[in-house]
Amino acid sequence: MAMAALRREGRRFAPLISPRPITAVRSSPIAPSHEDEGPIGVRYISTQVVRNRMKSVKNIQKITKAMKMVAASKLRAVQTKAENSRGLWQPFTALLGDLPSVDVKKSVVVTISSDKGLCGGINSTSVKISKGIHKLNSGPEKETKYVILGEKAKAQLIRDSKKDIELIITELQKNPLNYTQVSVLADEILKNVEFDALRIVFNKFHSVVSFVPTVSTVLSPEIVEREAESGGKLGDLDNYEVEGGETKGEILQNLAEFQFSCVMFNAVLENACSEQGARMSAMDSSSRNAGDMLDRLTLTYNRTRQASITTELIEIISGASALEG
Amino acid sequence: MLRQASRLLARAPILAARARPFSTDLPAAQSADATFTEAWAKVIPNMDPPKTPLSFMQPRPPTPSSIPSKLTVNFVLPYSSELATKEVDMVIVPATTGQMGVLPGHVATIAELKPGVLSVHEGTEVTKYFVSSGFVFIHANSFADIIAVEAVPLDQLDANLVQKGLADFTSKLSSGTTDLEKAEAQIGIDVHSALNSALTG
Repeated sequence: MAMAALRREGRRFAPLISPRPITAVRSSPIAPSHEDEGPIGVRYISTQVVRNRMKSVKNIQKITKAMKMVAASKLRAVQTKAENSRGLWQPFTALLGDLPSVDVKKSVVVTISSDKGLCGGINSTSVKISKGIHKLNSGPEKETKYVILGEKAKAQLIRDSKKDIELIITELQKNPLNYTQVSVLADEILKNVEFDALRIVFNKFHSVVSFVPTVSTVLSPEIVEREAESGGKLGDLDNYEVEGGETKGEILQNLAEFQFSCVMFNAVLENACSEQGARMSAMDSSSRNAGDMLDRLTLTYNRTRQASITTELIEIISGASALEG
Repeated sequence: MLRQASRLLARAPILAARARPFSTDLPAAQSADATFTEAWAKVIPNMDPPKTPLSFMQPRPPTPSSIPSKLTVNFVLPYSSELATKEVDMVIVPATTGQMGVLPGHVATIAELKPGVLSVHEGTEVTKYFVSSGFVFIHANSFADIIAVEAVPLDQLDANLVQKGLADFTSKLSSGTTDLEKAEAQIGIDVHSALNSALTG
């Protein structure tokens, strides 16, 4: 009714306003043009534009829902493996303890990340923690190097720490993860990188919504001997007899290498689980957002549609009443 | 915004309800390394420090004054934990120096394993596995940790394939040229002859 009043007002000023809008509406009643003008300068978005947006948002919602399903099934597969491998690093920590604050000259940070994106913030968290550890271990005569597993950490770390990167390994998950592959990887790292302490940074999988950034420390045999002699946490190590004809040094060397490969295996599996879990929750919130957006667009579409119908009706009725009287 | 609030509210009870999410991963009572947390807080005050493996492990019991009656064994492989804190009478492990029997109260030892048969004795039953190699840690509190790369129960071994493998690797040793090939062939021979004696002996 208010619109009818406005319309009458508009008609009084008819000579001032160009007749174009009225004829435009009359000539194309079914397919409204891109820019519709209602009574005195009120513009509506064309329904065509809104319809296009709704179609693309619906497609995005379908894609993200599918990605969530895929991530859920991949998570189920890796989760059993990761849980089974959890017993692997515990004996080493029971024997050698855990010394993240050990003071060493050369530490190497092994950052584990994913190759693919759209997995939430886990890769950024790993990179931030790695940079934090780098900062923690910086000082005179100390140096920290990076070994990077995964494309995402590579992209982030190559920007400002390019000179500190020793080794970059990508495409880890092309084949399903297994111990042989990880032990070959560990062998490569041990051969090419000198270290006193290796710090492996990864996201430990607690549940589908919770991933805890964790750092596991593996010490080189010389540092283990040094810490054992100086007492403290590793002081009990000397009480352990060493079987076999090899010297204690050789056994410790084998032990350190075995520990590294075991800890890496568990870390890589946990990170893979965390990646799939993070992707599930990211895609879930994304499809929910798309759903919300779709609701809002539907409301806008209906409003636009009803407004244009109302406009037409008013046109027709006012035209008819003008003809009558 | 309401959704974020509900998610945050839901997360706290979820974590509390799932304080024991997996039986293999109970959070221990002891906290992480205090020096590390302090050093972290000084250098990077805005971020929480990362967790360390110590906070994910059950602490081991201290050495008892008298010898306990049972040995607690953890036998782990990369793909599964075969035995987790199982109380047994004795285990015989194939150390590099030969078969080593471990009883409760054994002196603390670190030993490397060679390919051979591992047998677990519990009362009257004996379970035998063929292990490829690994390590065994015997702690003073009668805990034994056996970490192996591969272990199969003996009844899953095929005698024909063992013979064939032994023949293959022997021929590879004689035809090998580089040291690496010879070393690999030698390892193959060692494993297969151990398999052979495990099946026959």
